[in-house]
Amino acid sequence: MSDMHAHSAAYVRTETLPELPPPASEAGVVKWMRENLFSSIPNSILTLVSIYVIYQVVTFVFPWIANGIWNTASLAECRTVLDGATGACFSVLSDRWNQLLFGFSYPPEHYWRPGLAFILLFVAAAPVMFFDLPRKLLIFTGIYPFLAFWLIWGGTIFTPLFALVGLIVGYIVYARFVKQSFAMGFFGGVVAALITWFIGGYITDAIAPAEPFLEAVQSRDMGGFMLNMILGVVCVSLSLPIGIVLALGRQSDMPIIKWICVVFIEFIRGVPLITLLFVANVVLAYFLPPGTSFDLILRVIIMITMFSAAYIAEVIRGGLAALPKGQYEAADSLGLDYAQAMRLIILPQALKISIPGIVNVAVGLFKDTTLVSVISMFDLVGMIRGPILSSTDWNGVYWELFMAASVLFFVVCYGISQYSQWLERRLATDHR
Amino acid sequence: MTSITDPPQGSFRLSMLINDTRYRSYTFQFIALVALIGFMAYLGMNLVRNLTAAGLNISFDFLGDPAGYDINQRPIEYDSQSSHLRASTVGIINTLIVAFLACVTATIFGVIAGVLRLSNNWVVSKLMAIYVEMFRNVPVLIWIIIIFSIMTVSMPSPRAFRGDDPSSSMLFDAFAFTNRGVYIPKPVFDSGGWIVVAVFILSVIGIFAYRRYATKKLYATGQLLPTFWPTVAMFFVPVLLFYFILGRPITLEYPSLQGFNFKDGIQLRGSLIALWFALAIYTGAFIAENVRAGIQAISKGQTEAAASLGLRPGRIMNLVILPQALRVIIPPLISQYLNITKNSSLAIAVGYMDVTATLGGITLNQTGRAIEAVLLLMLFYLTISLLISAVMNVYNNSVKLKER
Repeated sequence: MSDMHAHSAAYVRTETLPELPPPASEAGVVKWMRENLFSSIPNSILTLVSIYVIYQVVTFVFPWIANGIWNTASLAECRTVLDGATGACFSVLSDRWNQLLFGFSYPPEHYWRPGLAFILLFVAAAPVMFFDLPRKLLIFTGIYPFLAFWLIWGGTIFTPLFALVGLIVGYIVYARFVKQSFAMGFFGGVVAALITWFIGGYITDAIAPAEPFLEAVQSRDMGGFMLNMILGVVCVSLSLPIGIVLALGRQSDMPIIKWICVVFIEFIRGVPLITLLFVANVVLAYFLPPGTSFDLILRVIIMITMFSAAYIAEVIRGGLAALPKGQYEAADSLGLDYAQAMRLIILPQALKISIPGIVNVAVGLFKDTTLVSVISMFDLVGMIRGPILSSTDWNGVYWELFMAASVLFFVVCYGISQYSQWLERRLATDHR
Repeated sequence: MTSITDPPQGSFRLSMLINDTRYRSYTFQFIALVALIGFMAYLGMNLVRNLTAAGLNISFDFLGDPAGYDINQRPIEYDSQSSHLRASTVGIINTLIVAFLACVTATIFGVIAGVLRLSNNWVVSKLMAIYVEMFRNVPVLIWIIIIFSIMTVSMPSPRAFRGDDPSSSMLFDAFAFTNRGVYIPKPVFDSGGWIVVAVFILSVIGIFAYRRYATKKLYATGQLLPTFWPTVAMFFVPVLLFYFILGRPITLEYPSLQGFNFKDGIQLRGSLIALWFALAIYTGAFIAENVRAGIQAISKGQTEAAASLGLRPGRIMNLVILPQALRVIIPPLISQYLNITKNSSLAIAVGYMDVTATLGGITLNQTGRAIEAVLLLMLFYLTISLLISAVMNVYNNSVKLKER
């Protein structure tokens, strides 16, 4: 049968034909556009509207930026140079750039100090952010807060030095006693550190030179974006340990401790940051011993730290609650006590789950540091609204300044959130 | 012979307070309580000493004194001779007004942006991603100030609307955008106007009742009642009917240029608009992310299962995806509303007279009653927060998955 059939067929193709290219509408750019831009009538309308909007924005903004003037001394001069054409007066940025970054009363010859501190911040943060770096770098991270304080505020080096020595002494005592009990090690360490600071204070007063190597700068001279960075970095790093303690307290079995933490957290989360800043500005002084006055920046740091600690505590509580109960029971069955179980088993996992939330709080907090301009501190926004816009030279330059401020904040906040996404992928141990 | 000995009983030793886990927690709590009371007492003592040194006392009598300052947006009767309490009440109402407006607008922006960000239209989804990232990563204070600057600097002054050949003109002859604010028409109710409003509210209630009835009928008998056209009819027909029968009792009062300024209509001040839109756009970006996360949290199997049951795409969204997604979306949405209310305190930066600007601003500065004013201010915000979280808890309990 098959033989006959083979012979009777007039023509048999023996090899496959080369593949034809797909039709033009099903390949390349055309296909992509059909699928992603014009898949249906509403979609096509949306696309066209969007393109029109983009066109409008670009034709409006591009000439404004491209025609920008960078080198005039005042707005009037800039308007003369532009001569009616569309264009931005970026010269306000080149003229007042240092003020935007450092505030208007930080001594200009010392700008290199906060600048250096800013660069070293990356070196200090690197071993915390990237685990592949050698662990030895963490020593620098430990020294950095004291170094940065010395660089930015200046004054005698003995103040930060003794603060550091006190911490080291405290840690040594803690390491000695922690083998017996965590509580004993902890309180022993705190007492040892306090004693060292107390003695150190006397020694500093005695031996501090009248002319320190770095000239002292007053806190009220801090300003500009530097102030935002100081508040953001200090408050986030301080609020992390406090937040952990609050979260553990809220999860605790001991009712009194639990209720102290709950009331604190809910109270702070229930009021806007601005009211807490009012407290720092006008109320806090009433609650301090008569005669003491510490500067506004420190009071603000205390209030913002409390504020973000409450939010971080809630994030970490979420992480603690998300851990399966088996982890707690496993730690108990190994015979670990509470401190060991938390330190070795629970917190590493809970913190890992909480990273996105913590980063969200950190970014939000960094943005909220602009609120200090309301209590008349001259941070970036305060500088723009205060000294720069009210100066005769630059009265009326709104968009260039606000655009610069937005860009500065955007770069930092977007960078942090990108890092957090990278970290999440890096730490993901489950196979999803 | 060995025998099991009972654990030692009854002999309570002092060292057990530290070493025995049964008693140790009491020790810790006692220490914590004593430390807390001691700390509070220390602060209280300092407070008393500071106040006596300054010759002050804690008293809320200042609330009854005449305020002596003007408030430019007065939802209730107020003049400079009214009391500080009255001024604070005006501030509270202004806070609630801007918070409510911003919540509604932010929800609209957020839902649209969140859904469009998931659209398979490349340009649109990228545009929405840019919107979300741009607004989430820049402080809301900067947005408020930027929009306030647009409202006060870039808008024409009322003078530009005057003359035979004005350089600016009103939109639809009804809306005037000026640097003193936006003027919009104001509805004026004649006698019978309220009847039309009542009819409108009744017909909206009727729509909901009818839709419930239709759902019930569907579940009970499987009979599908039409809903779209009846809804449209119930929405428009009774209101229009009553409106014309009663002889057009509601008219619009258009703003008009008189002298150097606009008269009539409603004036929305630049500060209100700046605060409203900045909060709405900023929070809208966050809500967009919540909406996106909520929709993505529903596994694709749900859509496919619904499709395999033969449901149409619209019904898949309404009956299967949305009820599940809302459970994920609504709790963060409500905490965003809370954030809007708290962020509305930034009004003080643009001079919108909310409770922070009246009670915590001018009243505080005039009377010098810092502790009392800040305390009252915190209590107000705390009350709002607790109310909103109570609502959230009720909702969470009602939609919680009924397991086991």
